[in-house]
Amino acid sequence: MNIETLMMLIYVLVLATFVGFELINKVPPTLHTPLMSGSNAISGITIVGAIICSGTLGYTSIGKWLGLFALILATINVVGGYAVTDRMLQMFKKK
Amino acid sequence: MHIFIEILYLIASIIFIIGIKLMGKTHTARRGNFYSAIAMLIAIVATLLQVNLLSFGEIIAGMVIGGAIGWYYARTVEMTAMPEMVALFNGFGGLASTLVGMSDYWLNTIEKAQALNLVSGVSVFLGVTIGAITFTGSYLAYIKLKGRFLSGAVVFAGQHLINLILFIGMLAAGVLFMIFPENPIFMLIALVLALALGVLTVIPIGGADMPVVVSLLNSYSGIAACLTGFVLNNQVLIITGALVGSSGIILTQIMCKAMNRSLLNVLLGGFGQTNNSAAGGQAVDVVIKEVGVEEAAMIFDSASSVVIVPGYGMAVAQAQHAVREFADLLEKRNISIKFAIHPVAGRMPGHMNVLLAEANISYDKLIEMDMINDDFQNTDVALVIGANDVVNPAARNDQQSPIYGMPILNVDKARTVIVSKRGMSKGYAGVENELFGYPNTLMLFGDAKATINKVSSELKEMGK
Repeated sequence: MNIETLMMLIYVLVLATFVGFELINKVPPTLHTPLMSGSNAISGITIVGAIICSGTLGYTSIGKWLGLFALILATINVVGGYAVTDRMLQMFKKK
Repeated sequence: MHIFIEILYLIASIIFIIGIKLMGKTHTARRGNFYSAIAMLIAIVATLLQVNLLSFGEIIAGMVIGGAIGWYYARTVEMTAMPEMVALFNGFGGLASTLVGMSDYWLNTIEKAQALNLVSGVSVFLGVTIGAITFTGSYLAYIKLKGRFLSGAVVFAGQHLINLILFIGMLAAGVLFMIFPENPIFMLIALVLALALGVLTVIPIGGADMPVVVSLLNSYSGIAACLTGFVLNNQVLIITGALVGSSGIILTQIMCKAMNRSLLNVLLGGFGQTNNSAAGGQAVDVVIKEVGVEEAAMIFDSASSVVIVPGYGMAVAQAQHAVREFADLLEKRNISIKFAIHPVAGRMPGHMNVLLAEANISYDKLIEMDMINDDFQNTDVALVIGANDVVNPAARNDQQSPIYGMPILNVDKARTVIVSKRGMSKGYAGVENELFGYPNTLMLFGDAKATINKVSSELKEMGK
C-alpha cells in the first residue's frame, strides 16, 4: 500500500468517526438498546472481508477455511443482529 | 477493483449513515434498521461480484448456515435475555474480524510468501488482537449476564499487574511478528494473549456495570472491523467500522456519566466488593416500615398521581406484564401514571425501555431522569420495583458513600414511597439504602410479579 492510499484511508477513517459521534450524540435513552443491537449488526460488516477471504480457490488452503469460519460467524452477527433489533423496535409503540 | 463495485460500496456507505441517523428517533428507528440492513445487503452483493464463481458454493453454504443460526436465536430469545444476546452476537463479530485478519495473513504471507508491508502488518496485528479481546470479553459478559456464575466482580491480588504484563507481552509478540512475518508463531502468541486479556479485563467487572462493558465491547468490534478494512484496503469496512466504533464510545461515555464514574474506574472493576468495609461505618440499623398488599392497594386507590421506578429486579422477576396490567388499572381510576427511567437501570443501556415496550406500555409514558426528577415532589406515590442504588438518597447526602455524586431519581421527595423488593439485600454498590428507613417509605416485600399481581387483584376487588 503506498502512502497516498494510506493517507486517503486515514482521512476516510477520521471523517467517518466524526460522523459517528454526531449521529449518536442526540439519540434518546429509550433507543439505546436497539441502537446498540443495531450497531452490533452493522459491525458484522466484517462479513465483506470474510467473503473476500473465502473466495480464494483451493480447499487445502488454511486461509480459506479461516475465511469460511469467519463468514459463518459474521453472518450470525449480521442476520441475528438485524432480526433482533427489528423485533425490539416493533414493540416501541405509542398508544 | 471495478468502478461499478466501488460505486456500490459508496451507495452502501451512504445508506448506512442514513440508517443510523433514522435510528435516532423513535418513530423512524425501525425504518433506520431496515435501511442499514439494505446497505449491508448491497455491500455483500458488491463483494460477491468480486469473488471467483467457483467458490460460490461454499460461500453461499457458509452464509446459509450462519444466517439460519442467527435468525433462529433472534426469533426465539426472550426480551429479558436481550443484553446477553447482544453480547453474544457482538462476540461472534469480534471473532469473525480476528479470523479475517488471520486468514488474510495466512493466504498472503504464509501460503503465497508475499512480503508483509508495515501498514498491513500493523492492521493485521491490531485487527486480530482487538477482535480476540472482543470475542472472549463479550463471551464472558454473556456468561455474567446470564447470571448463572461469575456474575459478580471477581477480584484477586495482582490482577492489574497480570493484565499489564500480558498486554506488554502481546505488544512484544506484535513487534516480533513484524520482524519475522513468515513465522506464524508470534502472531499465534499475540492471539492467545489477546484471548486471555479479553477474559481478564471483563472478569473483575460486576453485573450492574455491564451496560458500560457491553457498549465498550461493541465499540471494539467496530474498531476490529475497521482494521480489517485497512488489511483488505476496503473503504466500506473502514467507514462502517468507524461508525460503530465511535457510536459505542459515545454510549459508553453516557453510561459512565450516569453512574458518576470514570471509564477507568469501571474497567478496574471490583466496585461494591472493595467498598464494603468503608461504607459499613455509616450503616446504622435502619428502622423500616412494612406494608401489606391490601394496605398498599388502598394507598394507590387514594392517590391521584403515581410514578413507577423499574429496576433490574423487575427484569429478573419478569414482572413487566404484571406492571403493565397494574398501570392500566390505575389509569382506569383516573390516576396519572408515569414511569421514571434511570439511564443505567438494568443490565444494558435502555434495558427498561425495551422491557416496558414489550409489555405494551406506550413510550411517551417513560420519562427520563432529568425530565421527571422535579415532578416527584408533586407525586402521591412513587412505586420502586426492583431498583436500589439508583434511588438511594445517599448519593445526594452522604459524602462518605461510594455512590456519592451519582445522579439518582429523587423518589424520596414523593409523598409516599412504596418499595417492592424481595428482601433487605443490598444493591449492586453494596451500600445500605437509607431510603428504606425514611418516614415516608413503606416496604412491600415479596417477588415483584406476585406482589404486583396481588395488589392489582386487591384493587379490582375494591371496585370503583
